Amino acid sequence: MNNSQASFKNSLKVAFKRSLPVLTGYWFLGITYGVLAESMGFSYWYPLSMALFIYSGSAEFLGLGMLAAGFNPLAAASMALVVGARHLFYGISMLDRYRGMGWRKPFLIFGLTDETFAVNYNARESTPTEMLMVSLLDYSYWITGGFMGYMFGSLLKFDIHGLEFVVTAMFTAIFMDQFLKEKEHRPAWIGIGCTAVALFLFGSQYFVIPAMVGILLMLTAFRKKLEPSYMGEVQK
Amino acid sequence: MTSQQQIITIAILALMTVLTRALPFLIFPAGKPTPKYIQYLGKALPLAVFGMLVVYCLKDVKWLEGMHGIPEIAGIVAVVLTHLLRRQLFLSMAVGTALYMVLIRVMV
Repeated sequence: MNNSQASFKNSLKVAFKRSLPVLTGYWFLGITYGVLAESMGFSYWYPLSMALFIYSGSAEFLGLGMLAAGFNPLAAASMALVVGARHLFYGISMLDRYRGMGWRKPFLIFGLTDETFAVNYNARESTPTEMLMVSLLDYSYWITGGFMGYMFGSLLKFDIHGLEFVVTAMFTAIFMDQFLKEKEHRPAWIGIGCTAVALFLFGSQYFVIPAMVGILLMLTAFRKKLEPSYMGEVQK
Repeated sequence: MTSQQQIITIAILALMTVLTRALPFLIFPAGKPTPKYIQYLGKALPLAVFGMLVVYCLKDVKWLEGMHGIPEIAGIVAVVLTHLLRRQLFLSMAVGTALYMVLIRVMV
C-alpha cells in the first residue's frame, strides 16, 4: 500500500468515527422519513429524489406534505427559505474553515446540514479530506436511512423510541466542547437567550428567524465588547 | 398535482435550500477580503448558533403536560455534566441519550 492510499484510509477512519453520532441520528430520522413517505402512498422516487437533491430533513418532511397538497410554488419557495434560513449562519461561520477547499467546496456547501456543520466546525484540526469525507458519509447515512425506512419500516420491531435524542445530545456536547474551548462565553448566552425568548413569543413554527435576528442584533450591539476576545486567534 | 408539478415543487425546495447554504460563500468569495464585521460574526456566531441548536431541539417539548420536558432537560444536564467531567463527545452523548431513553419509559 502506498502513502496516499494509507492516508486515505486513515482519513476515512477519522471521518467515520467523527460522523458516528450523525449515523445514529440520520438513520433514525431517515427511517422515520421513509416510513412516513411510504405510509402517504408515494412511490419511492419522491422521497429518494428529495433526499438526494434537497438533503435537508426539515424541508423534506414539509415537502412530503406539499406534494400531497395542491401545487403552490410560491409557498414552497418561501417555506424552504424560512426553514433553511439558519444555514446562513453556518455559512458565515464556515467562510474561513472552507476557504481553500478547491474542488471539494461545492459539495461541502451543498452538504452543510445542521449536523455536518456541527461536526466539521468542532473538528478544528480537521484536514480538507476529512471534512469532505464527513460530508459524504453524512449524506450517505441520510439516503440509506430513508431507503431503509421506506422499504423495511413496517418490519422494524426494535423499540428504538427515543434514540432521536442523540441529535440533541450531540448539539449539547458540541456546544459544551466549544464553550470550554472559547474564552468568550457571552455569545453562548446570547444564542440560548434569544432562541428561548423567540420560541416563547412566536411559537415553535415561527421562532427561528426572530431568534436569528435577535442574535444578530445582540452580537452587533456588543461588538465593541466582544470583538477584542477574538483578536488573538485571527492571525494564522 | 401532476407529476410535472411535483418535480417542479421538489426542484424549488432543492434550489432554495442550497441557496440558503451557498449565499454567504457567494456574497463573500474566498478571493476577496471578507469585511471585518463578517469576520467578527464568523468568530462570535458559532457558539451562539450551537446554543440556538440546543434550544431548537426543544421546540416541540410540551412543558405543561405529559412529562413536562423532564426527560429532555435531564438528558441535556447529563450531557453537560458528563462533558465537564470527561470532555469526551461520545461518552457525553451516550450518557445523555441513555438517560433520556430510560426516563421516557419509566415516567409513562
